[in-house]
Parts: sequence; structure tokens; C-alpha cells
Amino acid sequence: MTTRYSALSLLREGLNGQRGWQPAWRDAKPKTRYDAIVIGGGGHGLATAYYLAKNHGLTNVALIEKGWIGGGNTGRNTTIIRSNYFYPETAHFFEFALKLYEGLSQELNYNIMFSQRGMWMLGHDRHGMEMLHRSANAMQLNGIDAELHDGASVHAHIPGLNTSPRFPILGGLNQPRGGSARHDAVAWGYARAASALGVDIIQNCEVEDFLIENGRVRGLKTSLGTILSERVGMAVAGHSTVLAAKAGVRLPVSSYALQAFVSEPVKPCLDTVILSPATGTYISQSDKGELVIGAGLDLYLSYAQRGNLPWMERAAAGVVELFPAFSRMRFLRQWAGIVDIVHDSTPIIGATDLAGFYINCGWGTGGFKAIPAGGWCLAHLMATGASHPLATAFGLERFDSGALIDEASASGIAH
Amino acid sequence: MLLIECPYCGPRAELEFRYGGQAHIERPGPYDTVTEREWSDYLFYRTNPKGEHRERWLHAAGCRRWFNVARDTASHRIVAVYPMGTTYTMEKSQ
Repeated sequence: MTTRYSALSLLREGLNGQRGWQPAWRDAKPKTRYDAIVIGGGGHGLATAYYLAKNHGLTNVALIEKGWIGGGNTGRNTTIIRSNYFYPETAHFFEFALKLYEGLSQELNYNIMFSQRGMWMLGHDRHGMEMLHRSANAMQLNGIDAELHDGASVHAHIPGLNTSPRFPILGGLNQPRGGSARHDAVAWGYARAASALGVDIIQNCEVEDFLIENGRVRGLKTSLGTILSERVGMAVAGHSTVLAAKAGVRLPVSSYALQAFVSEPVKPCLDTVILSPATGTYISQSDKGELVIGAGLDLYLSYAQRGNLPWMERAAAGVVELFPAFSRMRFLRQWAGIVDIVHDSTPIIGATDLAGFYINCGWGTGGFKAIPAGGWCLAHLMATGASHPLATAFGLERFDSGALIDEASASGIAH
Repeated sequence: MLLIECPYCGPRAELEFRYGGQAHIERPGPYDTVTEREWSDYLFYRTNPKGEHRERWLHAAGCRRWFNVARDTASHRIVAVYPMGTTYTMEKSQ
């Protein structure tokens, strides 16, 4: 059986009629007891399971997923990777994620198609430009490369931009190492690598209740029976409060629908990622050729994985304003993911009042870019009981102490 | 898109409204007895049910008045609209 991907194994299997490939991961059935259980088969959960095995030698680990792996927000986001944050805590954390992404295809022996094509934020007025200067300075102080460009340079770098838009493009901030990766490959790559290290990946297994004794978690009651473990980690994004409530834990998280859509596939026409906060535009082109467009957050709490028409219209209007040539493109698909919004738009990675129960949530609209670091830090916390140095500021305690890391306003996160 | 029955103007499109989040939050007090946990709860912790949620809405592009809505967060169905300062219980809708 062929397990690893290489030029040689591809050639051999090509000559062999592709009959020798082993399934990428084992579809496991639950055992009665594990050293650790991870709830949630998205990128963060799968990365957690992988790093528990890889970094901490914990291989008797179960990853349980209600549906199928990569079927939640990991399969619904716009796949942008960047680390242009403002505060040192978040900047260092997201930069660590970006660096792990840079080596991830090699690490996992799975091509995640990470394309560092740059990521531009556009400024359309004097105040927008002031914010970009401030962002660039903050990034550089945090050791992250950033380039400021004037309007002429932006137009020279990005062909097709409207030369006389209603809101002129005065300049842009480029993070050259930003870009996009293939979302499914990130989930499947982590699943395959974790499974190879002995992790049981259990799909179609819903958590029904927590087994709790003397303030400690003892295991989970699931749709596939009781599974015992003293250590449980949770990475379930928009459903965090629903699941944590079963463990008697309240979280400062609100769930909203965030939608995205793609156009019909066309030949390569946009070789970078563009974010224009002022016009509400977030656009890139996938390797398949589809324009991938992210819209704003819906107005109200929602668990319905569908977006709202006015927000779709607003996003489309911004795209057409910046790229008039795209006005006749047809949309192919539209969808929404349920995102976990917290007050300061900074993630939560930490312990809870229930001993042995650890959480990874609060990614809001930007969890994909953090997957390797989110998994790395949750695995560290679950294995050692202590917070990873990169994530010490991300605990739930910050909501009691008031030490919020307010990226919501600092980075101009629009939602 | 939601069709929201403003109690003062009648049914209007969602675009005319602003969302005000969870309804019926009471500020804890008296101030010198409030613990950090209670204060944090008041500031940051919100109910986030998958199901019926009671929330505030403002008819921003209409009468500019606030009112309460009971809405299902999974189906988006509006169960009841009721004035500020009043409460709503499940029994009323049955």
C-alpha cells in the first residue's frame, strides 16, 4: 500500500492504475477510553489532534465530529491567510500561524496549495491612509514585513482596478507573505497526518452530554456511546456556546452568519488578495478561477447557514466599484458559516471552570488563517495543563480582569 | 431577508432596522457589591441560544423607536413583537 506522496510514488501508482493508494485517514469507531478527546473536526480540531500526537506524544486521542470533517467553517471561509494585526499578542500569534502555514505542505506531506500572492488593504481617504500607516508601523514593530504603496503603485501592481472610482484609491498596505490556501486540503492534510500518528478520527458522532464528577470532566456521552477521557478540548466555532452549555460553562460568544460567494470560473485575472474596508470588498481568485468574495456579517444572531441578500448586494456593489470588468460575472454559489464573535475580536484559547475541559473559540470572521497556531496552542494546553506562551493573554480571565485585546477597533475588523 | 412587524409602522424590510442584541439585561447593583464576575457577565456574556431568542430592534429608518422581538435563531421565524418595558413568555404565543 502506498501512503506517502512523492514524485516516485505518484509515478509508481500511475503505472499501477492507482490501485495501491491507502485511504487518506482511517474512519475509526470509538474506543471506550482515550487520553484526550478533541470535539470538532474542523481545521482547529484536526490541528489540535495532530499536534497532541506530534508535539506531545499523545497518540491515544479521539477526534469526534458531528458531521464530516472540514464541513463547517473550514469549508465555508474565503481561505485568506495573513498576520496584519495590531497588538503584539495577536500579531505574534497570527505570525506564528503564518510561519507554520509556510512549511505545512512539507510537514503534512500534503499539498495545501498555499500561495503567498500578497494581501492588500486599500485606503480611500486621508483617514483610511492614516490607519494604514499606523497598521504598517505596528506590523513592522512586531517584526512582520509590510509595504506601504501610494495610489499609482497600487494601480501598477493590481491590473483591472477602477482608475476613476467614486472613492479614489489613495494607497494600499501590502503584506507580501499573505495569500490563500486550499481549505479542504488543510483539513484533509491534518486528518491524514493525525491518523497516521494513531489518532482516531470519528465522524458522524454527536456530543449529547458531558460526564462530570466533582467538577472534573470524565468523558462524553455521544451518539456512538460513552467515551471516557479526563481531557476534553473543544473547537466548534459558532456552536461553542451550545456545546459548552452542556458542560455547564458560559462563554462570552455570540453566533452570527457570515456569508461568501464565488463567481463562475474564469482565466487568471487577479493575482493577489484585496481588502477594501471602506467599500466592504474582500476578493481573491481561487486556483480554479472562481472569484471568491466575502461579505459582511449579518445583522442578528443566527444559526442558519445562509446569508442575507442585502449584505450580498453590498459586497457585490463594492466589487463592481473597484473592478468594473467584473460587473458581468455570474455567481456560482453562495453560502454562510456561523461564526463565533467575541467582544474584542481576539480568540479564546484557555481552560474553563470545568477541570479538564479546554476551549478554542472566538475566532469570529478570521479563524482559517490561525488554524496551525490554534491547534498548536490548544494541544499544548491540553497536554501540559498550562497555556502556551503565545496564548497566555487569550484566556477567559480577560473578560473578568478587563485586559481585552481590542483588535475589533485596532485592526479595523469591520465586524 | 426578514419582514419585521414594527409595532408602530407595520411590516417593513429588515434593512430599515438596527439590531440591538439581547433584551431584558439588567445592570447589577448596588455598585459597591458587584463582583468582577457579575460585572463581566453584564458587559460581555450574552445568551446565545440555538432557538428562541429575545432581542431588541430599532426601526432606524422609520419611527426610530425601540421594541422587543422574540425570534428563532435557527429558522429566523419571528414568534412575537412586544413593546419595550414589557415581558413576553412562551405561554403568550401558545
